Amino acid sequence: MTAPEDGAGRWYDDAAGPVVRPYAMTRGRTVSTAEDRLDLIALVVAAEPLTSLPGGAHGLTDRSLSPEHLDIADLALRSPQSVADLATGLDLPVGVVRVLVGDLLAAGYVHVSRPVPPAELPDEGVLREVIAGLRAL
Amino acid sequence: MHAPAPVALKILVAGGFGAGKTTFVGAVSEIKPLRTEELLTEAGRPVDDTSGVEHKRTTTVAMDFGRITLRPELVLYLFGTPGQDRFWFLWDELASGALGAVVLADTRRLRDCFAAVDYFERRGIPFTLAVNCFDGAARYPEEAVREALDLDPGVPVVLCDARDRESVKDVLVTVVENARGSRSTSAGTARPAACSATTPPAGW
Repeated sequence: MTAPEDGAGRWYDDAAGPVVRPYAMTRGRTVSTAEDRLDLIALVVAAEPLTSLPGGAHGLTDRSLSPEHLDIADLALRSPQSVADLATGLDLPVGVVRVLVGDLLAAGYVHVSRPVPPAELPDEGVLREVIAGLRAL
Repeated sequence: MHAPAPVALKILVAGGFGAGKTTFVGAVSEIKPLRTEELLTEAGRPVDDTSGVEHKRTTTVAMDFGRITLRPELVLYLFGTPGQDRFWFLWDELASGALGAVVLADTRRLRDCFAAVDYFERRGIPFTLAVNCFDGAARYPEEAVREALDLDPGVPVVLCDARDRESVKDVLVTVVENARGSRSTSAGTARPAACSATTPPAGW
């Protein structure tokens, strides 16, 4: 994702701002179609077309997917990943991850699980388990 | 998906610059920087020196992010809120769906946490005020801190050492218990101090 520094010169300039590099992966899109579902802790879970692939996400022949899409899909195959986990795991800005996850969601490769809606608390049993789990850390 | 849905919970860690947010998150979890690209707002203008980069419209904001895996399907996430006023636009998203918050206070600069206290009070997000016991800072009784910050009686005030894992765990337990309590009624009681001058945790 780096520009060639020699020869033809830089293909971007200061006016383009820092937005160019990360958002090149999203082909310039900064807003996901599923923005409101992709909270920082929304969990991304691999769906059927991925889980039945023997070689993982990189076995997909879908040409519309970028290497970053496949990286996300592979991580989700291993275990459910929050949007924040994916961003730190792949060293991508959160906004970029949202757009890419939105693509995977639209194509049916992943589900997004949002267990606890905002303004609602998880049930008592979960809270008790969290307290016990924290004490045992 | 036939497996039980995994549960993810988040707790925010707020406080003024230098109040110990990064240390706090790092004491109980592997800390990772979380990058977001954000538009620069009007609020950023007086503070951000943009001379020479007048066309810069976005900025990278890094937040502290920690993950505590209680079991594979139950994960608690900690988010350190950006310390500067001009990144408050990030807070609304962070605060949405949060189980609760910790406001870290440094008694030498108590006013630095006013903004965080205000923010959580206005949005009705249950928070715990944790006084980070910095070396060399004078110790004040809980009640003095509560009065200085004009906290509701339901807000727990605890003393802590952000470097100490056990102490941070105690603060987080208080946050979760407070969230439990705020579900039924608004009742809540001040928790016993997580550390005090008489029982210093190891490493002091």
